[in-house]
Amino acid sequence: MNRVLLRIGLAVAPILVSLLVTTVIILVVGASPGEVFENVIEGAIGSNRSISGVVNYWIPLVLCSMGLIVTFTAGLWNIGVEGQMTLGAVAASLLARTFGETLPNEILLPLEIIAAMIGGGAWAALVGFLKVRLGVHEIFGGVGLNALANVFAIYLIAGPWQPPEGGSLQATAPFAPAALFPRFSTDFPVSLLALILVGIVIVMITLVLRGTRWGLHLKATGKNARSALLLGVPTMRSAMTAFVVCGALAGIAGSYRALLTYGSLRPFASGGIGFLALLVVLVSGVRAIWTPLIALVFAGMSVGSITKLPIALRLDQSLSGVLQGLVVLFVLLGDGVRQRFFNKEERIG
Amino acid sequence: MNPELLDTLNGIVFNATPLVIAGIGETITERAGVVNLSLDGSLVLAALAAFITLLATGSFFLAMIAAMIVGALMAGIVAVAGITLRQDQVAIGFVLTLLGADLAQFLGQDYAGQSSGTLLNLHLPVLSDIPVIGQIFFDHPIIVYISYALIFITWYWLFHTRPGLALRAVGERPKTAFARGTRVNRLRYVYTMLGGALVGLAGAAYTLAVKPGWQNPPAMRGDGWIALAIVIFGGWHPFRVVFGAYLFAGLRALSSTIQRDPTIEIPLVLLNGLPWLLMIGTLLLVSTGALERFVNAMPRAVQRWARGVLRSDPPEALGTRFEPD
Repeated sequence: MNRVLLRIGLAVAPILVSLLVTTVIILVVGASPGEVFENVIEGAIGSNRSISGVVNYWIPLVLCSMGLIVTFTAGLWNIGVEGQMTLGAVAASLLARTFGETLPNEILLPLEIIAAMIGGGAWAALVGFLKVRLGVHEIFGGVGLNALANVFAIYLIAGPWQPPEGGSLQATAPFAPAALFPRFSTDFPVSLLALILVGIVIVMITLVLRGTRWGLHLKATGKNARSALLLGVPTMRSAMTAFVVCGALAGIAGSYRALLTYGSLRPFASGGIGFLALLVVLVSGVRAIWTPLIALVFAGMSVGSITKLPIALRLDQSLSGVLQGLVVLFVLLGDGVRQRFFNKEERIG
Repeated sequence: MNPELLDTLNGIVFNATPLVIAGIGETITERAGVVNLSLDGSLVLAALAAFITLLATGSFFLAMIAAMIVGALMAGIVAVAGITLRQDQVAIGFVLTLLGADLAQFLGQDYAGQSSGTLLNLHLPVLSDIPVIGQIFFDHPIIVYISYALIFITWYWLFHTRPGLALRAVGERPKTAFARGTRVNRLRYVYTMLGGALVGLAGAAYTLAVKPGWQNPPAMRGDGWIALAIVIFGGWHPFRVVFGAYLFAGLRALSSTIQRDPTIEIPLVLLNGLPWLLMIGTLLLVSTGALERFVNAMPRAVQRWARGVLRSDPPEALGTRFEPD
């Protein structure tokens, strides 16, 4: 009985501690914690509009998170997931701009999604190539390629793709309706198609990692690449395919940002969702089952902060990042405390 | 010598200073076998601490101390999590990168756009009066001179003292060091936090000198990653890390010169990608063995020396745990 209580306590403690620290931080800037939390919660679940906003944030977040489950399983730190989203958004935008007026939605949308997968996958393959063939650690390759992806998108928006009325750094001209993800309704502007796609991705990734030779190879590569190689696992190919799969999923996530959230290509279209996905997967302990739920809570925090804090309370929206970062930090620390001081025999790995 | 060129070189040394200090700090940490990946967040948060302290007290000294405390605390979290709690150092570092930056942006929101005093140039007797050298290296605020001192102290400490030998042993062969009576994890704590304090000082170098004032989003974001890459490029050797930082600042200066040149037609936005291409490029130089081939092409007599200088293997136990049984 005591052990059960202890377990529950250790699971809840990180969340309580991070809320406590966040409260202190809010007090430091002279705001009222009660008001802030109330507004963030209202901004997340207060109306149809806010709930659909959360779902629209959750869709790309889960797609990236599932992709990152694959790379983490292979022992890879795909920090480049942000740039892979951006390239997905750029690739989808290319098709949206080119065929928006000529092709019907039923044909164009699948093509856009495929293009986004290719764009994100190629950008990830570049990180993989730098890592596997040229020995540049994926963290540095990823950080560099993230920045380059942003530069490329901004170049397109300010240059060749600038709206006809003149160059602004805000966005390209809006895409034609046929190029966009169809929305369920005006009250609930979410794409059901994307939701179904996300469901398929969750199930597929979970099953593939559990029950296929490829999944086994990824796990072996992640646990101990050297022994895996000696046992005949094609570790290089495993790593490359893990990168490409993650990049392709991130690409779809990017296309959703461009073809639903914005309806155009904007600078920093990824909006930090890729980095947030890394946090989601870290909290989940790289377990696919927990990822969608954690992503939903994190999406709520982000959307609640983005929609409410700057306008209602004149506070910077970065507060959600602070809270999320603290949650992950204390979960990792709590995990360490548990393994170190309570049940040593259950150490993972 | 052409005064314009002197100005440019002077500016390169000045602008490279935060990268130098942060690079030296991270070199110390990684030499002890710990990766503090949080640089991009620690720098920003420490820079804010320096800025707020300067506004509140008017003291540059206290501002630097505050920044160093913040940097040491961030590194302390990495140490507790990575050493005592046996968590993945990279994961903790990454979380702190995001957390530090967001925290700085949130806490600094009311300071955005404000400016404060900046460190004035300090004239050094004799040194500042040397022609050319004096103009390039000794016409700077005190933080730049501090960076020079740090370079030489770190080099001497690492390679010419007994504690420095212990520091390297802890990062290369912790088991052997432990058998010889070195308290491995305690030393790792000390050097992780010391390195973190220097990262904090680098943050102060931005708000007090290189990028004075406070902007939202913070102006130095991204440089933490560059500093981390410079440590690898520098082969964990203080002199080469410094060379990397100056090289980097030099190439940046070059790209801003290109931006100002109307005869070269490169879209301005694309030049923003240059630092990142450089970062990957410098890492490729090390990882692909291009440097190694360069050494092999040298005359025999200097090869041995060059190999010592251009060593690029990481400390053997970098990022791993050590558990005394």
